[in-house]
Amino acid sequence: MQRDWLTIVCNGMIGRELYTHADAPSRFYMVGSMGLASSIGLGLALVQPSRTIVVLDGDGNVLMNMGALGSVAAAAPPNFFHVVFDNHAHGSTGDQCTISNRVPIETVAAAAGYRRTMRVHSAPELDHTLKEFFAEPGPAMLLVEVERGNKPGIGRVEPSPAELTARFRSNAVG
Amino acid sequence: MTGAQSDSQRFLDLLEQHGFNFFTGVPCSLFDGVTRILDRDPKYGYISAVREDSALGLAAGAYLGGRQPVVFMQNSGLGVSVNALVSLNQIYDIPTLLVVSWRGQGGQDAPEHLIMGDVMEDFLRLLKIPYALLEPATLERDVDALTRTMRDTRKPVALVVPKGTLQQ
Repeated sequence: MQRDWLTIVCNGMIGRELYTHADAPSRFYMVGSMGLASSIGLGLALVQPSRTIVVLDGDGNVLMNMGALGSVAAAAPPNFFHVVFDNHAHGSTGDQCTISNRVPIETVAAAAGYRRTMRVHSAPELDHTLKEFFAEPGPAMLLVEVERGNKPGIGRVEPSPAELTARFRSNAVG
Repeated sequence: MTGAQSDSQRFLDLLEQHGFNFFTGVPCSLFDGVTRILDRDPKYGYISAVREDSALGLAAGAYLGGRQPVVFMQNSGLGVSVNALVSLNQIYDIPTLLVVSWRGQGGQDAPEHLIMGDVMEDFLRLLKIPYALLEPATLERDVDALTRTMRDTRKPVALVVPKGTLQQ
């Protein structure tokens, strides 16, 4: 991901991992309001049409507010790129099962009307696919199959939520 | 009725004069006049949301991108929105004007609206959301004061819409 791309990251371990490994003011980490990352990304994509918007999401998050897939498809912003990390589990509450092993999320997104959807099963396949994924207009979804479990030593997001809003907004609008 | 002369149009004009420039929500018959204008006039860019909490998410994204959002909802939608209000808007300092219809006011409504209609004011106070009741005579002053509170606190505020004020 380029650092000038605006990224919304859902709550849970995905945001904590991104913060620990690759923080930037253009990245907005959610700590609550599970299910709303795609809605936030959509609102942002509509008002910042010249910026690339990336939503990093999880299977539990998408399933919690699946109707938002319809909102994305209906509004159809070409700058909206939805990456869903799918481990079939609620990672931050102890890896309890979701239903994404039986409900293919990218198929739902395609049926709702996303312009393009893709699924990758391995790291080499992901490397190979990423460039293609971001090369064509959205709304697009890339579902990335991942294993359960988290790396040890992942910290929490340090700035307060209000600080995250202020720094992201000045980066996005500035 | 022409749109330009309706109370609903005057209300939208007032919101625009106060800097509101992103409109989303879920409809209610009590502000049907407003939603009809929003649906019809592309200048508002109105996004018809699938759920009220998703509308708050859309509004938050628009705020992060530099806009000042309004979210329209029936008071039933407050129930759907609790987690977004407390774990998104309030802790992230995302100011939003909620325009909330008051179904069930005074106990005169369909059964599904009676309990929320009865507790809505307590509910807003419990969630620490400042609010005003829309009355045509004081509307400009109330929108002005609410907008100032919203900007000063960077938190959501609510304008409550009783029956009969924004239906045309």
